[in-house]
Amino acid sequence: MTKNKTKRIYMDHAAAAPMDKRVKKAMEPYWTENFGNPNALYKEGLIARNAVETDREDIAKILGARAKEIIFTNGGTESDNLAIFGVVHAMTGGVRKLTSLRTDEEGNPTEAKFPNSSLSSVSRSHIITTKFEHHAVLNSCKQLEKEGFEVTYLDVGKDGVVNPKDVAKALRPETILVSIMYANNEIGTVQPIREIAKVIRIFKKNGGGKSLSLRTDEEGNPTERKFSSSVFPYFHTDACQAPGYLDINVERLGVDLMTINGSKIYGPKGIGLLYAKNGIKLEPLLYGGEQERKLRPGTENVPAIVGLAEALKIADQDREKESMRLVKLRDYFIGRLLGEIPKTVLNGHSAERLPNNINVSILDAEGESIVLYLDEAGVACSTGSACTSESLEPSHVILAIGKPHAYAHGAMRFSLGRSTTKKDIDYVMKVLPDIIKKLRMFSPVNIKINC
Amino acid sequence: MADVDKWVYSSVVKDHFMHPRGFLLGEPKEGEFDSYGEVGSLACGDIIKVWIKADKETDKIKDFKWQTWGCATAIASASAFAEMIMKNNGMKIEEAMNIKPKDIADYLGGLPARKFHCSILADKAFKKAVENYRNKK
Repeated sequence: MTKNKTKRIYMDHAAAAPMDKRVKKAMEPYWTENFGNPNALYKEGLIARNAVETDREDIAKILGARAKEIIFTNGGTESDNLAIFGVVHAMTGGVRKLTSLRTDEEGNPTEAKFPNSSLSSVSRSHIITTKFEHHAVLNSCKQLEKEGFEVTYLDVGKDGVVNPKDVAKALRPETILVSIMYANNEIGTVQPIREIAKVIRIFKKNGGGKSLSLRTDEEGNPTERKFSSSVFPYFHTDACQAPGYLDINVERLGVDLMTINGSKIYGPKGIGLLYAKNGIKLEPLLYGGEQERKLRPGTENVPAIVGLAEALKIADQDREKESMRLVKLRDYFIGRLLGEIPKTVLNGHSAERLPNNINVSILDAEGESIVLYLDEAGVACSTGSACTSESLEPSHVILAIGKPHAYAHGAMRFSLGRSTTKKDIDYVMKVLPDIIKKLRMFSPVNIKINC
Repeated sequence: MADVDKWVYSSVVKDHFMHPRGFLLGEPKEGEFDSYGEVGSLACGDIIKVWIKADKETDKIKDFKWQTWGCATAIASASAFAEMIMKNNGMKIEEAMNIKPKDIADYLGGLPARKFHCSILADKAFKKAVENYRNKK
């Protein structure tokens, strides 16, 4: 096996991208020199405040939003949590557990009540998401199920693309939130966010299903009151993987809430934002000071905010050129993987995917072993195999597109980035086939390709 | 600075994983082994098959081979087990039956707790092979 001791080939940009030097430079003055607390009234404070607010405006411009619609958080996970719990708990009046009024035979709640809410009965207790969301969304929704909410997890088909018609079918008068990711972090498939937004808009325009839904009990008494307004359901998208490659203008997308993260876009770690359309009521996750319109207390992370803004600007500038460059490399890589390694299948739609994402299942070899052999050969990538997760569960994304467990255990994600060249791919294709040959040499499995 | 040569598991695991010993290449030939045992599943992500040949007189293991599909520690523990029982021209079956997952983990210089039950499968596959062997006799 060829070894390259000095050079590392990094193909895990979807996990973390190296911080851009320009970002680092922009952040530099805000560590020691301009260290002030942006909430202070004196000069040091004003300098910091000015940086935060100027960057908020610049970011808002890129997103096609207003400055006050941008809430800085500590990253994608927090933004997702703030969007989901923020919307839901604002509606329940901050109460975190629904009281079940009725249960079915198995004891599952069929009707719920918000103790302190102006909405006295039933109303909005339903959330729609997908089976292959990031765990930040998925596990937030699972928590809401424990709190008495009902969640619909939409299928994503064998290509890993949500069908807007399925969203239309799942919408109910009591749906409060739809959360569907913009681009999947594992298989890179891009979701039809505009079309889904349109489906939701039409649903709301037609009264949010109200006309269909005055429910009654067996005796004909109404059990459901009318809905407070047709602003629901809100539409949230986790766009963490998107800014470098896709249109993130919230107006054009038609989303109400959007999550963005710094470290996936060559910015710093520990910073993210939630776009929340003006008028949306959110209950904070944390309680404290009045920063970020009381929605995110704690002293603002000034250098990281500056870094996030710079990273977004660069992503916005380079989007088209970089996407075109990477699509070519991606398709070249996929072609070689499928062509030169037998029993390899592509996961996710071949075209409706991020320009930098390659995800293949290599059968009869196991992902963790492949990652470690590649690491030894100087290549960094990731796998959907269970062995790399604490829970020892294989990728829920690969299972969601209908592939068997064995495919998930052999799923390999290569995510390209600004530094990736064709030469890097050629090097991977020089070492990978031999690694697979070796692992298959002592593998007792012979999986038949059937999907 | 962090240790750049640091590896996720012990150096012994790495050695067995990168240079596995005692695996069977391809299918066994007719009469090459007395019996075989298999544990694991595709769903779990680890499958191990082992083959044994025993000396009927001495009850010693004359040959032991394995094949593993799974993570680094699954491959390394199969390789380590093969090395353990084939030392000194093969252990007695009874002695090899006493090898516990902890013995294999210790031999490998330790394994993460979460990897213990799922990736140390060689001893279990071996016990199955011995069971098949005893039933055959």
